[in-house]
Amino acid sequence: MIGFLTGPMLMISLAIFFGGLAYRAVMYVRGLSWQLDRVAYKPHFTHGLKGALHSIRRWMIPGGTYGWRTQPFMAAAFFLFHIGAVLVPLFLLGHQVLLKQLLGFSLPTLPSLAADVLTVVAIIGGVMLALRRIALTEVRILTTPYDWFILAVSVAPFVTGFIARMHWGNYDFWIIAHILTGELLLIIAPFTKLSHIVLFFMSRGQLGMDYSIKRGGMKRNYAFPW
Amino acid sequence: MPEGTFCNKQPINTEEDLKSLLGDKGGAQYYEEMKHLDVDVPALAATLEKTCKARIRTWLEICAHCGMCADSCFLYRVSERDPKQVPAYKIQSTLGVIVKNKGNVSNEFMRHCVDVAWSQCTCCNRCGMYCPHGIDMGVMFSYLRGLLFSQGFVPWEMKIGSGMHRVYNAQMDVTEEDWVDTCEWMADEYGEEWPGLEIPVDKEDADIMYTLNAREPKHYPEDLAEAAILFHIAGENWTVPSTGWEQTSLAMFAGDWAACKKQVETVYSAIERLRPKRVVGTECGHAHRATVIEGPYWAGREDGLPPAPYIHYVEWLAEALRTGKIKIDPSKKIKEPVTLQDSCNYIRNHGLSNITREIMSYIAEDFREMAPNREHNYCCGGGGGFNGIGKYRHQRNEALKTKRDQILDTGCKLVVAPCHNCWDAIRDLEEEFEIGIRWTFLKPLILKMAIIPDHLKLQEDEDE
Repeated sequence: MIGFLTGPMLMISLAIFFGGLAYRAVMYVRGLSWQLDRVAYKPHFTHGLKGALHSIRRWMIPGGTYGWRTQPFMAAAFFLFHIGAVLVPLFLLGHQVLLKQLLGFSLPTLPSLAADVLTVVAIIGGVMLALRRIALTEVRILTTPYDWFILAVSVAPFVTGFIARMHWGNYDFWIIAHILTGELLLIIAPFTKLSHIVLFFMSRGQLGMDYSIKRGGMKRNYAFPW
Repeated sequence: MPEGTFCNKQPINTEEDLKSLLGDKGGAQYYEEMKHLDVDVPALAATLEKTCKARIRTWLEICAHCGMCADSCFLYRVSERDPKQVPAYKIQSTLGVIVKNKGNVSNEFMRHCVDVAWSQCTCCNRCGMYCPHGIDMGVMFSYLRGLLFSQGFVPWEMKIGSGMHRVYNAQMDVTEEDWVDTCEWMADEYGEEWPGLEIPVDKEDADIMYTLNAREPKHYPEDLAEAAILFHIAGENWTVPSTGWEQTSLAMFAGDWAACKKQVETVYSAIERLRPKRVVGTECGHAHRATVIEGPYWAGREDGLPPAPYIHYVEWLAEALRTGKIKIDPSKKIKEPVTLQDSCNYIRNHGLSNITREIMSYIAEDFREMAPNREHNYCCGGGGGFNGIGKYRHQRNEALKTKRDQILDTGCKLVVAPCHNCWDAIRDLEEEFEIGIRWTFLKPLILKMAIIPDHLKLQEDEDE
């Protein structure tokens, strides 16, 4: 069972994940239209690219934007969750062992203490995101069962992985639960809101381009104050 | 009843239709007919298929429902944080539903969308700056307005506004003859005081072609005279076109993209006909947005730029003050505390915040910023057509509270508002809340302060 899940099934999951997200990114760009979007992407591409990168960069820095600064709780929840969510799956020792077995290469690995801390931090971030959904009326009105599903799918691999790692309860059960939830996440990512893993960069960058090309970037002589 | 006499899917294209629609006072019959207007689902679905592409579809799909946009919206804030005013909710529950149902929505739903699109969003684009995913609800509401307009679901005044552009190429019934007469009248009227004052019409190859807002010749022609006097003082070689002088676009507020294209093309052909070195637009925000920022796209100009460099009045004025074309008498500078309204349409949407502050540095001794300001400033409360729609007057008046409080916090009694729309909203907020403030465009202010070069003075003055 574990052999299949960490072998062919993992390969399939990764293929869907990377292939699907790459497809989403390509389709996003192909679906842009200078006339409908009213942004002259091509004639001012270099200038637009600068705006795109600036916008993405600012939003990836805690406190880098007015948005993050005005909402520190959301900023904390967001960064706690996303830092773990990006680093742990990529650089966990166990994942790299698997990767080496599957594809014959591996990435650098995180020290196990760091990985443990980041996992807990991600779970805390996830819980904070959930608390916001419950506590704030402006978030509650937007929240649908789908949002809860996405949040659950995103946090589940961390919770199950951490329980397995701590050897709480039945290790085999939790490790299989971890692999299944992890692969579920990989498989559904391109088809759900989780596609924001790549589409964030497209959309954020695109608005950065919009502001940089059309909405005053050329007049401003300094980067737009996100 | 599929189509009403007044409320139907046909835009106004003749003077006769326009007059008869105007005759329906307050749109009483119009709104009654709207209750029975059929939704052409196949047409709506086809439009979506053709025009709703990657950007908007992705925005609708990946919105994380995080609510970070809530506080960015002044309408959410003034409505006691009504969750129904959260930008993401407003767009998801309107455009989001239309897209999800592929246009299969009811008359009642469309009327709900009209209310939301024209009374709960001024397309100020502030929320886009506060969304981690870079989702701009203002852009989407503008798109939604276009869908609604195509189906005949549009506020009465907006239908009239777009009809005005279709019939007169102006937002008001100012014909070419009226316009040229106004230019002559103003040149005569003010020529006595300003010898040599001209308002040259259709002069070719001038340094500047000036364009304006139809309200100026229609309701306050002295604004045109003031512009002429300031160009005169600055020694500019300038002109106005006989056609293509109207820079605004109520059609943009209405979502009538065909009329937008028609309107902006009249201005661009004037530019091509008269070949000015550059064009200066009046103190108006939406006019600038329509003709300089969005217009090139309506007209199909791939570089996104107008046919000649096209600047806002504040840019010309800052340059004139900077280079000494217009000199300010230091003793006449504004002594009292004064604040400045940042118009969304050329500050957030065209990066001119430093320019307006440069002007203030030349003319004011005690300039005080509103908070927040520059790109982060709030809409005056009347943007996106909100000022003009009678049906939503109550909501508009509520919306003015943000600007009222921002102004009160500065402690200033004088507000400089180089935008017609902001100027109106601030006038209305004084009328509504009586906080004892005054508001002004830049032209009359500068005229009072400018040093008049000797050669432009009246002969009698020199004799004295």
